[in-house]
Amino acid sequence: MKTTSLNQVHRDMNAKMVDFGGWDMPLHYGSQLDEHHSIRKDAGMFDVSHMLAVDIQGEGSRDFLRQLVANNVDKLIQPGKALYTCMLNPEGGVIDDLIIYFLSESWFRMVVNAGTSEKDISWIQAQRNELAPELKITSRRDLSMIAVQGPNARAKVWQVISGSQAATENLKLFQSIMFEQYFIARTGYTGEDGFEITLPEGDAKHLWNSLHAAGVAPAGLGARDTLRLEAGMNLYGQDMDETTNPLESGLSWTVDLKSERNFIGKKELIKTQAKYQLFGLLLLDRGVLRSHQKVSAQQNSERSVGEITSGGFSPTLNSSIALARLSAEVSIGDEVQVLIRDKALRARVVKYPFVRNGKSLI
Amino acid sequence: MNIPTHLKYTKSHEWVKLEEDGTVTTGITIHAQGLLGDMVFVEIPQAGRHLKQGEECAVVESVKAAADVYAPISGEVITINPELESAPERINEDAHSAWLYKIKPSNIEELNDLLDSSEYQKVLESEAH
Repeated sequence: MKTTSLNQVHRDMNAKMVDFGGWDMPLHYGSQLDEHHSIRKDAGMFDVSHMLAVDIQGEGSRDFLRQLVANNVDKLIQPGKALYTCMLNPEGGVIDDLIIYFLSESWFRMVVNAGTSEKDISWIQAQRNELAPELKITSRRDLSMIAVQGPNARAKVWQVISGSQAATENLKLFQSIMFEQYFIARTGYTGEDGFEITLPEGDAKHLWNSLHAAGVAPAGLGARDTLRLEAGMNLYGQDMDETTNPLESGLSWTVDLKSERNFIGKKELIKTQAKYQLFGLLLLDRGVLRSHQKVSAQQNSERSVGEITSGGFSPTLNSSIALARLSAEVSIGDEVQVLIRDKALRARVVKYPFVRNGKSLI
Repeated sequence: MNIPTHLKYTKSHEWVKLEEDGTVTTGITIHAQGLLGDMVFVEIPQAGRHLKQGEECAVVESVKAAADVYAPISGEVITINPELESAPERINEDAHSAWLYKIKPSNIEELNDLLDSSEYQKVLESEAH
């Protein structure tokens, strides 16, 4: 199994380890719920070194990315700015979702998911060979990544990395900066403020331990999932994949169909009429929503309106929530039924995110 | 792992206690709650329901997954633990005191089918390999 540079540190902290797409990663360090609340109320950190940074370098990098991804990299004007986007196949299915950082006209950095990183690299290289053979593409497995999240996360980082406050306190959301050996971005996957810090793998253990000593709670993949679900953020492989269209996966806001620019998958997306939409669900009865549960109309449990893509227990709301791909006829505020084991339970269709910056939006 | 010797166990990780009045109390083991993680929802059979040994009769759901709970012995459910509906985390705090329900056995001989603490210990060891 693949391990990150922090593997032994997690084991020394008594983490419960799990196989996550071939990576030996911490699920929790005792209580997933406590870790979740730490991040909503104070500060916590995740080892996200299983994700892969990919550097795209050379003249014409921007033009290559204009064709490679569905969001428009022309939105990246100021160096350091980040953009969330999908990378599509020619059929309009989602190969991966990722973040692109604009470092300079000849250097963009993409951060892709762990489980998809190998196919992403082959896909990107194949497109490079065809569209821009002079560009250099580098997998940065020499880097580790620590996401520090929560209302006090930035202050904790400033306390631990001396000089970082002056360098990063003016960063706005989705901006980043290189500071000494650290690449610090004001991004995350929790709906809270914080930084994602990319650094040489040899420095990761020291930063992790220093943050821990400053009171930042280590958090595992379990809390990461409940936090992102409350924040209404998609998870690749669950809420979208190569067979689903981003317009039916709550990702229309990331697909730029307005500009003249031609990108891979655009032709198919323009042709298809979205029949489904991603909605939030709030369970009204007692129970727990889970992915793949079937959703049906309120009056008629025989009439399917779709399926849950991600579901779980929301520690902040103390009830169960889900993202569901439902027929576009469904509206916010409708009541629907979810089949859980042999029972049809009542759920309300709601707007997501469910939680932002520690507060319920429901 | 703490496996009290005064309890009986099932291979499916329920613990069973024979009370002095002849009723039987049951719950899930420390090992089972550890595998599941933080509990968030418990569904227990209603009092009056007749269970057959080995029947799926309750569900415990953690942040991670839902797990079926099996009847360790046949009989009638006489009372359920009312605390667990609002505080399922009691199972994580102390699995052996956070009982799910009590049953009036219809055939007390079935208790002989259950494992004692050393047999249950062996089940755990074999699962660990």
